[in-house]
Amino acid sequence: MMSQSNTSSSLKGRKVVLHDMCLRDGMHAKREQISVEQMVKVATALDDAGIPYVQVTHGAGLGGNSLQHGFALATNEEYISAVASKMKQAKVSVLLIPGLGTMKELQSAYDAGARSVHVATHCTEADTSPQHIAYARKLGMDTTGFLMMSHLNDAAGIAQQGKLMESYGAQTIYVTDSAGYMLPDDVKARVGALREVLKPETEIGFHGHHNLGMGIANSIAAIEAGASRIDGSVAGLGAGAGNTPLEVFAAVCERMGIVTGVDLFKLMDVAEDVIVPMMDHIVRVDRESLTLGYAGVYSTFLLHAKRAAERFGVPARDILVELGRQKMIGGQEDMIQDTAMTMAKARGLLQGAAA
Amino acid sequence: MKKIKCALIGSGNIGTDLIYKIKRSPVLEPVWMVGIDPTSEGLARAREMGLKTTAEGVDGLLPHVLDDDIQIAFDATSAYVHAENSRKLNELGVMMIDLTPAAIGPLCVPPVNLRQHADKLEMNVNMISCAGQATIPIVNAVSRIQSVEYAEIVASLASKSVGPGTRANLDEFTFTTSNAIKVVGGARRGKALAIINPAEPPMIMRNTIYCLTDDEPDHARITESILQMIGEVQKYVPGYKLVNGPIFDGNKVSVFLEVAGLGDYLPKYAGNLDIMTAAATRTAEMFAEEILAGKIQLKAVETA
Repeated sequence: MMSQSNTSSSLKGRKVVLHDMCLRDGMHAKREQISVEQMVKVATALDDAGIPYVQVTHGAGLGGNSLQHGFALATNEEYISAVASKMKQAKVSVLLIPGLGTMKELQSAYDAGARSVHVATHCTEADTSPQHIAYARKLGMDTTGFLMMSHLNDAAGIAQQGKLMESYGAQTIYVTDSAGYMLPDDVKARVGALREVLKPETEIGFHGHHNLGMGIANSIAAIEAGASRIDGSVAGLGAGAGNTPLEVFAAVCERMGIVTGVDLFKLMDVAEDVIVPMMDHIVRVDRESLTLGYAGVYSTFLLHAKRAAERFGVPARDILVELGRQKMIGGQEDMIQDTAMTMAKARGLLQGAAA
Repeated sequence: MKKIKCALIGSGNIGTDLIYKIKRSPVLEPVWMVGIDPTSEGLARAREMGLKTTAEGVDGLLPHVLDDDIQIAFDATSAYVHAENSRKLNELGVMMIDLTPAAIGPLCVPPVNLRQHADKLEMNVNMISCAGQATIPIVNAVSRIQSVEYAEIVASLASKSVGPGTRANLDEFTFTTSNAIKVVGGARRGKALAIINPAEPPMIMRNTIYCLTDDEPDHARITESILQMIGEVQKYVPGYKLVNGPIFDGNKVSVFLEVAGLGDYLPKYAGNLDIMTAAATRTAEMFAEEILAGKIQLKAVETA
């Protein structure tokens, strides 16, 4: 007889809040082309499966509709209000990256029904977020400080940046592995360092990408080090090789006795019946998404690099490795085409500029 | 040759870099630097460079304005205090060059509209933002050839070159720059994005400009207009350089620029600092040349 063995019994009974990213990070994998109807269908299914938080925006968050990041099929407000009005228990969250999104857009997202926000900065630039975090708190939103590309700062640095965001009012601090580069020890060190400096009531979260296949292992490592919120997406629909596949993670949690409160079989059905049929390409670890994880490159760069590769004849892997070497960060999607053009010139594939 | 005497308000990165730029000008002379912290590095450096200093804010400068014949003041403080600074100095007939996002005066990008402001004898002109100075000339170079429905700019700045004021007020930067893309750049809609990159060694300021034209873009004429405009900016920012483009995708025109500074106060990567101070200096020079030639005379602004 198969017995439910609990190898990590130390985590038995721990409560973890799951946050689904299909309708935000998944927008990247869909080139921002998820319709309002599809969003409602996915979100209601997640709500029914007991997922407590569903993130809904353009892939780049509030203010994301742009030539730089692509235009979605609807405005953020249209997506948020359509979804929020249908939720029975789930809260709708949004992403806000200062420098792209503004407090004006946060107010209108709130008016449309958003009640939680990830205020995101690069992992060394937390001091660009004080106004936005304070404003979210003023609105009464569940407010997270989200440190992107966390592999580019060490544990002590992450702790210091998280402490800053806590001082602005953030209730949760996330270690965000935007490049899917981190290994479990990297995650533990950073989460552990945060746990040491943050107030006991401040929660810690982890947002993984599956580029090295480590999404689940990293999320478990985060919980072991003190995290209580985990981002993922059902069927992994997200940038790069996708986010931590949430239904798989929920199954692992169940095996380990970690309490998520979600209905595993319903979540599996959402993955198979709703999300996978929506995919334009099967989101998985392939040559290019593996390159992201290996070279430490922002996962969202994947499809942009593939497009630039087609246009300028430079392989996507070469472009991604060069972007990693130049330490380009989230938001610098313009530098993908720029880098591809510079490489194409050096390889004699493109004429030089006239100046 | 006689020079127009200037005061610098704000002793941070911008104010300090301005000392170097103004000292080099044939028509401007930096005389006062105003700070609020007597122990600030900027004030100490200003004293070393021969400027008079006060740590009492603008009020510490006011009693000396007439005696020292100050005619132009550069404000590199914050949007919150600029309005008061401007009112007090305008009353004494001092013209203000505003380097904060306050934007109470008309917006100025030298190669696009400086001439108009000098002709109108504006007593307060605003320099928008570093990203605005770097990108709006290109938006204008496209919109003067054919109408631009939407323009979007992306500025990537080295973390070490972005001061605490900009960091804590990123929304103001976004709003001021987006608005100027329309008002000065000539696009019907505008959007500005800023990214702060901490890479070591620090990256040189990069700017990308996207314009959507109403009709199919005329590749040759737009390219020529952009190259001509880059030449104009290079007259006061020698490190302003085209890296890639213009490249055309349907009605989208994309231009990729790099802005290296002169390395006066902050190192060369801080092109964002240089293009602001160089544009402000260029603006002041235009007014100074007109004053020295007797073409314009600054007048005290009466306030109710």
